[in-house]
Amino acid sequence: MVKRLVVLDVNKCVGCQLCMLACSRRFGVVGHSKSAIWVRSAGGFERGFTIVVCRACRDPPCARVCPVNALKARDGGGVILDISKCIGCGLCRESCDIGAVMWDYEVNKPVICTHCGFCTPFCPHNVLAVEEVV
Amino acid sequence: MDWFKSLSNVLYVDLARKSYWVEPREDLFSRWLGGIGVATQLYKEEVSSKVDPLSPENVIIFTVGPLTGIYPLASKTIAVFKSPLNNYFAESHAGGRSALAIRFAGYGAIVIRGASERPIYVVIDDSRVRFRDATALWDMRSTETVGRILREVTPGSGHRAIMRIGRAGERLVRYASVVTETYRHFGRLGLGAVFGSKKLKALVVVGRRGFNVPDVSTYREVYNEIYELAVKSPAMKKYHDLGTAANVLALNSIKALPTRNFSSGVFELAGEVSGEKLAETVLARRVACAGCPTACIHIAALREPYPEEPYFYKIKFISYDHEPLYALATNLGIGSREGFLRLLDVVEEEGLDAISTGVILAWATEAYLNGLITEKELLTKLNWGDYESYIKVVRNIVLQPNEFYSTMALGVEEAARKYGGLEYALAFNKVEPAGYHTGPLYFVSLMIGSRHSHLDAGAYSLDQELLASKKQLPKPQEAVELIIEEESWRQVLTSLAICLFARGIYKPDVVVKCFKPLKVEYGVEQLKKLGREIWIEKQLIKRAEGFSPLSLRIPERILKTPTPLGNIDPEYIKEALKYYDLLVSLASKMR
Ligand code: SF4
Ligand code: SF4
Ligand code: SF4
Ligand code: SF4
Repeated sequence: MVKRLVVLDVNKCVGCQLCMLACSRRFGVVGHSKSAIWVRSAGGFERGFTIVVCRACRDPPCARVCPVNALKARDGGGVILDISKCIGCGLCRESCDIGAVMWDYEVNKPVICTHCGFCTPFCPHNVLAVEEVV
Repeated sequence: MDWFKSLSNVLYVDLARKSYWVEPREDLFSRWLGGIGVATQLYKEEVSSKVDPLSPENVIIFTVGPLTGIYPLASKTIAVFKSPLNNYFAESHAGGRSALAIRFAGYGAIVIRGASERPIYVVIDDSRVRFRDATALWDMRSTETVGRILREVTPGSGHRAIMRIGRAGERLVRYASVVTETYRHFGRLGLGAVFGSKKLKALVVVGRRGFNVPDVSTYREVYNEIYELAVKSPAMKKYHDLGTAANVLALNSIKALPTRNFSSGVFELAGEVSGEKLAETVLARRVACAGCPTACIHIAALREPYPEEPYFYKIKFISYDHEPLYALATNLGIGSREGFLRLLDVVEEEGLDAISTGVILAWATEAYLNGLITEKELLTKLNWGDYESYIKVVRNIVLQPNEFYSTMALGVEEAARKYGGLEYALAFNKVEPAGYHTGPLYFVSLMIGSRHSHLDAGAYSLDQELLASKKQLPKPQEAVELIIEEESWRQVLTSLAICLFARGIYKPDVVVKCFKPLKVEYGVEQLKKLGREIWIEKQLIKRAEGFSPLSLRIPERILKTPTPLGNIDPEYIKEALKYYDLLVSLASKMR
């Protein structure tokens, strides 16, 4: 079965950003530059956090706008990026209403969650999980 | 070592000329790791022993370490500067997002020189530094509002730290703090006043970069190991559950909870302001520094009605810890949670160090009750537990409407020297103490510790271990050795810039292992030796600045109030100071 990343309960998020660090660590990178998930405060730490990450749309707008077909709709929602085709135009980024297309400034290409689930065991407060798409 | 190359960019910022440049300082990082090790060396280069802490010649140094962002809980930034509170080399640590932001902006250290003519704030965004006018932010009553505005007008949400001062820093209160991410502080020793003297309202750092680790698969393995240790460790669970506030009842039960200006170790209302009670009644949220799974930051929600309008409330969020609970509740005889939170809120708004502020309020209460000062100076009555009056006094410490308050703004030592009551003016080398009345080792450590902080050596734990094991007090010389050994290892941890709450995880062999994926070889003994060297470096700097341990004042109050280990013998402390002095003299002669 295909899976997707879900946010179980944003209210339990403590803003540690270990998920962001885990996502970049997939590539052996320390930092946020390769992270497809973004945790920021909802207007000050006291108000809690906003977790921005791809929701795995069934008919992904980001793929629809890509002029060179670098983004292919993924089974179970979301997209797969073929970075060799991507020309870094940024249209996908504008098309995503929730801002889930991140940007890698070092190579000037988008970063989008692949729903691999690597980050979930590194969320210490059980905010993130992968679930089967039905 | 290649690894240190990636960390070694030092960003120099000149506030007078509004200029900046980067210097690669691999020499410093490969020799002194990072964090406090490197900051100490930068301080040596920048600040000569005669510099006035509030002059443009003082500098502000921020450093991170070789493990920053790489492993869980390597989440601290070290600030080094000359303290306007006691005129010596000073350091202060804080987390929030500051450490990761500095590291991911590509720097190992930031050195801020000079002073601006007008209020400014500085934005470091990757390789650019911008100097922005801060006139409109100056003199704002709340650091929270300043943070709110800067969040709106600066880039990098989620990837940035916003370090700012309040009016206390602007008005050079010698124990003003720097607040980062609203709930973390470079609290001690007056960094806020140094910011203020430079007309620097805030420093915003945005870090979005990443860097590669040489051995990726070992890196993931070691990371997983540390992560497991961190999330399973009982100590970390304790910090998450009740946080440091758990200390209130623990210390009270052994009669070591400073109460009413250290006149007792037991507070009859401790149960009202305990970590347990706060968690049950007002705890709203726990948050974490970036890169930390523990989330020890406890935020309370305080609902306050507006007196003039029915059913109209404001909700304030205030983070609490053991230290503010001691300083602004037990040590002032405040047993009202609401009163404590309201007082702490004002201290936070103004950007004051909670510990120093509480100790000064406690001295002022006694001095007033003893008739040394009157309503004429204080502009209010004052009594234990009277938080409404304490709030007025705090505002006046910042506004300084008369000579008395201008003196209060200099710290408790100066205030008591002028108005009397030195015997109950709690300060060690002019630094107001944290909240433990555990025994002689703690106070010896406050006097010989490089920054006179409870965190230098955590000696309140040594006292408590003695109590639990019912062992004899060690000889003063042995006590000094114990304290220095612990403080020296902490130099390694704070050079790596690891959160000291994780000291139980980052044992020497674990630290050695952490370096492996970075292709850096260290041995346990080598690290310990380095810790000792850094410790000596700091002692020698202070000595050159005129620090003389033998002439330190011992506040009589700590001798009169019994500790769990009995009454402290002043001779014990004096012997310890003599021995410490001897050790440092020997070290300086070896140079
Ligand atoms: S940035 Fe790349 S993936 Fe996105 S729309 Fe442009 S070409 Fe396609
Ligand atoms: S990037 Fe946005 S639009 Fe594209 S699949 Fe993800 S959520 Fe949908
Ligand atoms: S599921 Fe994978 S790609 Fe998506 S945020 Fe987590 S680690 Fe990154
Ligand atoms: S790891 Fe979990 S708790 Fe931490 S920021 Fe990510 S979602 Fe929030």
